[in-house]
Amino acid sequence: MESFFSRYRNALVLIAVLLAQVIGLAVQVRRPDQDSPDKGGVRLIRSWVVNSVTPPERFFHWIGKSIRGTWSNYVDLIHIRKQNKNLQSELDRLRLEEDSLAEDARQGQRLQALLGFKEKYVYQTVAAQVIGTSGTEQSHVLLIDKGSEDGVKPDMPVITPDGIVGKTRDVFRHTSQVLEISDATSGAGVILEKTRIRGVLRGDTWGQPEIINVSPDERIQKGESVLTSGGDAIYPRGLSVGMVDRVVPQPEGTLVNVLVKPAANLSRLEEVLVITTTGNQMPAEMQQDLSDAEQKASDVLAERLPSRNDPNLPADQQADKPPEGADADVLPPVRPPQALHPDHYTPSDTPAATELVPGQKITNAEGAAASAQESSTPPTPKPATNPGTSPANSAATAPKPSGSAGGSAGTTPKPAGTAPKPKAKPASPATTPAGQPATPPTNPPPPATTPQNPPPQGGA
Amino acid sequence: MVLMASSRHEVGTKSFPLLLYVLVPLLALGLQSLLSLHLSRFDLIDLPLLVTIYYAITQREPVSATLAGAVIGIAQDGLTHHALGIFGISKAVIGYIAASLGVRVDTENHGARLLVTFGLTLTQTLILWLLQRHMLGQPFAWHGVHEVIRAAVNALVGVVLFALLDLTRRTEY
Repeated sequence: MESFFSRYRNALVLIAVLLAQVIGLAVQVRRPDQDSPDKGGVRLIRSWVVNSVTPPERFFHWIGKSIRGTWSNYVDLIHIRKQNKNLQSELDRLRLEEDSLAEDARQGQRLQALLGFKEKYVYQTVAAQVIGTSGTEQSHVLLIDKGSEDGVKPDMPVITPDGIVGKTRDVFRHTSQVLEISDATSGAGVILEKTRIRGVLRGDTWGQPEIINVSPDERIQKGESVLTSGGDAIYPRGLSVGMVDRVVPQPEGTLVNVLVKPAANLSRLEEVLVITTTGNQMPAEMQQDLSDAEQKASDVLAERLPSRNDPNLPADQQADKPPEGADADVLPPVRPPQALHPDHYTPSDTPAATELVPGQKITNAEGAAASAQESSTPPTPKPATNPGTSPANSAATAPKPSGSAGGSAGTTPKPAGTAPKPKAKPASPATTPAGQPATPPTNPPPPATTPQNPPPQGGA
Repeated sequence: MVLMASSRHEVGTKSFPLLLYVLVPLLALGLQSLLSLHLSRFDLIDLPLLVTIYYAITQREPVSATLAGAVIGIAQDGLTHHALGIFGISKAVIGYIAASLGVRVDTENHGARLLVTFGLTLTQTLILWLLQRHMLGQPFAWHGVHEVIRAAVNALVGVVLFALLDLTRRTEY
């Protein structure tokens, strides 16, 4: 017996080592929650390995970063001015775009609130440096220099400003593993931006993300944006994932896979953001940015759009002469043209509900005057006037005095010479231009608005 | 190339400073992790595999080579998100085969090292494919040309790396 063990010692050791590892594999694979972070001894071994490997990696990464920082801070400043100018113009362009999207965003919020849809907003992120990878083609895993002591937990989304990167998996004290979206075992809920086709994103065997098991659709075109759908309860909705690269039919079956070119450069990552806190309400900072963007965008528009006023002409020859008594630097408000035919639906034509009598026909002074004129003069083409408004509202529909800087149709008329309201400021119906409280009208008109300042819309 | 068992006695037994037994595998793991981040195709190279092969063919002790391969492989598994043991099993087998070959083949020759490394790299891929695809049921595609290229690259890098590591060892007759 002794000779058997000594003779086959090498082979027996090999078999014992393999058997032990196969049993260990079986125990790990048998766990019901395989995708969740490891526990117990496996986690301990991973922690040892990561903690042994990452300190030198941090050191080398720090050296590289210092060298690059020195170069960029002191040497590479040649085109900064030109770059700054380009960035400024791009910022203006983005403000205009943001302005056009702001109203849509608000409307979307109201509709989501009506539907009870819970939007996830990013509240807090942790910036992290990528210090290493798994080093193998079979495992698309990154190592970042932030861990549980920095607030990172498993299954937190990891992004860059360009797009999503992956999610945290095993989190240690000062280091975390990030499973990239290009790994074959990852998964993310995505949606195609135009066609609104939903699917699950994961990596193929070459490490390129693909949306699997999609029904063939001719509308899926190369270059279409892919966004997170929020259906996986990990990535917030609407984050950029990438663009459609091509559609590949599956070898068996009738479904196709949509290969995606990731928006974030997964092979050249240096810094990432770990989303540590999300919420259902839009952060106050974001709301403020949205409001500021509208204001700034209108300013940019005012500077860029052609003006009727020629800056080379004297003030009295300008097309838009400021009214007397008005400040020279205050532009008159934009007024909509007078209605050719006053209609029944003009807000100020409608009498107050308190003045209406059930069953009584609505009449107004203008209607009465028109009737009197109609009876004394030959019939002429008569504008389709309101059959009647209350006398109290006759002023609202009466022709406005020339030179009036008062509001547009439907606003309380103001005498000539009144100072116009400052640009981009909503008119207040409760105060006079002199700042005195106005007498409450019998039928308070809605606040005067200009096209540049849409009325604030209340939330749904 | 000498393909006789007696060649072992001609080249003598090689040993390394004790610290190198720990530092070199750790350095291989760290460089593999770090350089793959900055060089996009560096993951073709498997430095831990090359270190395993080198220790096995120079020590010519199948038991220690098997254990060393298992430890290095498990450490490499620790950097991935896979279950621990996939690289551990494959590198234990590779260590055993390499040490057994080192007994019978003169592995001091660069040509022999090239061929051994080429073959063992392909063998490791085959073992990984069997383990992941058929034992664990995980996705693992076998791309023939790609694997041959990977084996060739590892063989070339291995020859250079082995020559560097030769500088650290001392011969005991």
